[in-house]
Amino acid sequence: MTETRTPSRRTSSGGRINRETSLNFTFNGKRYQGLAGDTLASALMANGVDVLNASFKYARPRGLVAAGAEEPNAILQLGSTESGQVPNVRATQQALYDGLEAHAVSGWVKSQKDLMSRFLPQVGKLGGKFMPPGFYYKTFMAPASLWMTYEKYIRKAAGLGRSPLENDPDIYDHLHQHTDVLVIGSGPAGLLAALVAARSGARVILCDEQEELGGSLLSMSGDCLDQTLDGQPASEWRDAVLAELAACDDVLLLPRTTANGYHDHNFVTLHERRTEHQADIAPVNSRGARQARSRLHRVRAHRVIMATGAHERPLVYSHNDVPGNMIAGAVTTYLTRFGVAAGDKLVLSVNNDHAYRAALAWKAAGRDVVAIADARSAPSGALVEAARAAGIRIITGAAVIEARGDRRVTGARVAAIDIDGFKVTGEVEELVCDTIASSGGYSPVVHLAAHTGARPVWSDEVHGFLPALGAPMLKGFDACGAANGSFSLEDVLVAAYASGVAAVEACEYPVADTIVPAVSALVEAPMLPLYQVPHDKPTARAPKQFVDLQNDVTAAGIELATREGFESIEHVKRYTAMGFGTDQGKLGNVNGMAVAARCLGQTIPDTGTTVFRPNYTPVTFGAIVGRHCGALFDPMRYTAMQEWHVAQGAKFEDVGQWKRPWYYPQGSEDMHAAVERECLAVREKVGVLDASTLGKIDITGRDAREFLNRIYTNAWAKLAVGKARYGLMCHDDGMVMDDGVTTCLAEDHFLMTTTTGGAAAILEWMELWHQTEWPELDVQMTSVTDHWATLTVTGPEARALVGELTDIDLDRDNFKFMEVREGMIADIPGRIFRISFTGELSYELNVPANYGQYVWETLFAKGEKYGLTPYGTETMHVLRAEKGFIIVGQDTDGSMTPEDLGMQWCVGYNKPYSWIGKRALTRPDTRRDDRKQMIGLIPRRKKAGDERIVLQEGAQIVFDPDHAIPMPMVGHVTSSYYSPTLGHGFALAVVKGGSARIGETVFLPQADGSTLEAEITAPVFYDKKGARQNV
Amino acid sequence: MMHIFCPYCGELREEEEFHAKGQAHIERPIEPEACSDAEWGDYLFFRNNPRGIHHELWIHAVGCRKYFNITRHTVTYEILETYRMGEQPGITAETLAAEQLAQSAAASAASSTTQQTGDARP
Ligand SMILES: [Zn+2]
Repeated sequence: MTETRTPSRRTSSGGRINRETSLNFTFNGKRYQGLAGDTLASALMANGVDVLNASFKYARPRGLVAAGAEEPNAILQLGSTESGQVPNVRATQQALYDGLEAHAVSGWVKSQKDLMSRFLPQVGKLGGKFMPPGFYYKTFMAPASLWMTYEKYIRKAAGLGRSPLENDPDIYDHLHQHTDVLVIGSGPAGLLAALVAARSGARVILCDEQEELGGSLLSMSGDCLDQTLDGQPASEWRDAVLAELAACDDVLLLPRTTANGYHDHNFVTLHERRTEHQADIAPVNSRGARQARSRLHRVRAHRVIMATGAHERPLVYSHNDVPGNMIAGAVTTYLTRFGVAAGDKLVLSVNNDHAYRAALAWKAAGRDVVAIADARSAPSGALVEAARAAGIRIITGAAVIEARGDRRVTGARVAAIDIDGFKVTGEVEELVCDTIASSGGYSPVVHLAAHTGARPVWSDEVHGFLPALGAPMLKGFDACGAANGSFSLEDVLVAAYASGVAAVEACEYPVADTIVPAVSALVEAPMLPLYQVPHDKPTARAPKQFVDLQNDVTAAGIELATREGFESIEHVKRYTAMGFGTDQGKLGNVNGMAVAARCLGQTIPDTGTTVFRPNYTPVTFGAIVGRHCGALFDPMRYTAMQEWHVAQGAKFEDVGQWKRPWYYPQGSEDMHAAVERECLAVREKVGVLDASTLGKIDITGRDAREFLNRIYTNAWAKLAVGKARYGLMCHDDGMVMDDGVTTCLAEDHFLMTTTTGGAAAILEWMELWHQTEWPELDVQMTSVTDHWATLTVTGPEARALVGELTDIDLDRDNFKFMEVREGMIADIPGRIFRISFTGELSYELNVPANYGQYVWETLFAKGEKYGLTPYGTETMHVLRAEKGFIIVGQDTDGSMTPEDLGMQWCVGYNKPYSWIGKRALTRPDTRRDDRKQMIGLIPRRKKAGDERIVLQEGAQIVFDPDHAIPMPMVGHVTSSYYSPTLGHGFALAVVKGGSARIGETVFLPQADGSTLEAEITAPVFYDKKGARQNV
Repeated sequence: MMHIFCPYCGELREEEEFHAKGQAHIERPIEPEACSDAEWGDYLFFRNNPRGIHHELWIHAVGCRKYFNITRHTVTYEILETYRMGEQPGITAETLAAEQLAQSAAASAASSTTQQTGDARP
């Protein structure tokens, strides 16, 4: 039976919730009810759910501490379906909706026990108590070989939540925004700054991570202690400003939108959650379209104003992690905004005036304030007086030193303390309560200002870090309000006005008349710095005092780190994991530094500063990826004949972004069978390859020939019009980078081909030389890869077949090898190149791409009687390797010279210009005899069936298989196939000094312990004289 | 993500449109064969890695396809200027240092002036 009980912690009135609309939800499978306007956190609190999670390392029960992004414990798994699972959701940031299902993240406890019992049985028995900081590092760093084994258990143990196992049905959008002023945070500071900018005519984006815009104004309950703005209650001023902003055309208001990352040059990523307050999967609209679940706004702003407010720091006292321990401001927010009291009997422990609001609101809600422990000896501000007037007991010069209770606070131990002497000075008083709220002051939320590396600066006035405004990394970036250390409402508004005006002036708009609203007076006395509260036992022996609740870092752990010599706060953080992961040090960072500073006997700024990294709060992968998933993950490039290939059942291979036919299986053929058939068809009859993807660069200009002379290793001076030549390209270090055939179409017009993958880079490379070194050369380059469809017709029957399509004279003496002709091909004007990458008689037909499929189909209409067979890239690889033709990037790796490849024939040693790569070929390193050189390998066949041995590409080669391990490795296999033409396997490989070792045997040790043998041969296996292409 | 002013397009564009190509102003020796191996090795392999001002070669790869230079601070990522091929940087580590020196000299001169003025008062 499901249990639904009347929320007992709900106050009778007040708050921004709708008490008429109740919503059903479940937590850990149990049903509850909340109200419209609740967050998941406030609804859980209203239902009296105290324990929400078990802690990361010690498995201690944990409940709500905060009401916003800084919440360290209530990080839950959301989702009612498998595909809708979302990990790492802060209950404080999740609006309640009907049907919401949430779960605690509990899998880690089991994983952790698993880990311990597997690897450290003695630790496992003792349990988590004996896991000091640095435990993982110390235990698992050695032996390194076991790291792989440990890792998966550690990862599981460290995990918070899980990703869905099914595909995400939601869609996510990316928007690119340009704006004059981006205002982050919509409290009083953000609202006023945005108003000044908007009234002055600037384009403004105002974003805020909460469900409603208004920030701290939303937590002002409207009672007599709240200040008024221009005589209005805070909420009315907020409503009026928002209404005015909403009416401006050039203002974009983005609630539920977190500024997660501040990047170089005022580039900010905003994560707008559009439907997460409605369901775990986005609703479908009336037209049947699913709404975008979230938008990632990529904003380039002329000015950024950070008005992100401050996070209250809890005090660090013993057992401050037991559910019922909260920060004071959260207690106030739950009461005033959500109409929920965290409990019945409150003890407040503070060092400042502002936190007194919690006690006043608590009392106003009809609850019992047991006492306020104020660390100051004579607190005196207006709020303090109000508490006194309300009859609340104030214990001065004192603090809560320890919480009582296990799964819920049952009491507080309060004592007088000496902060400078770091000791308890008086008798400890035991108070009975169910809630302890603490406040140790306020840390400006400076995270964004630190994302580009500008380290925040400590302020002794604010007792916190401030953004390093003025740093070069923060050009065009401003901060105001509590985010910049202004805490009183008057100061906040004055600073916000100034920020707004500065932004407007920077954007060169005339500043419109706007006045700073007049604020009713409220006198606050200064705070007294207090971070870790002394206990009656020393820190190392006192009950645990938590600094970072999310990562289970204690004051004693930090003390241990400093004792072990970790003096820089960055090292302490790595040692203890403080501020790691999704927490990013929101609550614990300053307290942790204060503890380290105390242990080291120095100040907080002496201890260091702090760095924050994006993202401020977790962002789902969906939002980051946007539409770039599935078919849109990466652009796909198809040739003009794609439809035909698909219809023929081709299997495709990715080459860069191109989809190339890999092989064309017939019937039940596997790849090997298909490739053997395709290879034999080319060698015996005729085949056709779609070679359209080869890079094609059109080169024109008076100096085009000279340009080629400088870029290529070989000579181009005498290449006649109508002739083609193979060329090699090197980097200036002499290493081969690309190859291809270039044709002279006219004295000042060449067509270069490049490898499929290299086309864009080669164009950029040639532009580099033209624009930076040789601007005087008259040469222009244009990519024409996509303009042409290329059909490579190859095999003994190629001439007869092509002759049926073209008016070009194909006579062997009139149209020679390495020549080009223009004419009609299947009635389409085109070019034919007589070049061969298979060693067979070949014609490469080039027609304008839009006619590609037509010409291809016409070729097949004529080709049947010749046995025309389409072949893919795999067959192309086998055929070219049989001829020893290299593929740059497969047989080369950026460390091969033309000479290493045995291609001295392609090097113009005597060309007048010292071409790119030439000088490097005479460096001592490139002249070594023992460089790895390209050779052929044929596996030694010792028994029947060994002709099927195909060496593994990448396999290492040794000269002496009996050498002790580690064996000297002398080379590796670069290309390896079975040749149906030869009837056995063969390979291209590189071997040290290989070209002088033809006929010798090398060895290839295998993973299974066996060793293969192969004979070094010349890297040409078929038709060594090259007769077949010249028929 | 940086915002880069292309001196040929005359506009600020997103970093995604550009490719970085390393240190700027590396000139290929006119007579490579006249270089010693050490000189040629310097040209090929040795680059500055300053903490601070760096002159870099970039290309507006998916824009105008033009190469140009950027003077950039390698720590702050501040772009101090962009300029066309064949032009020299207006800002260098040396000019910045000289500027700072001049500023601090002016500041100390100003403060000593104030003192003198102060002394001159009755
Ligand atoms: Zn450009």
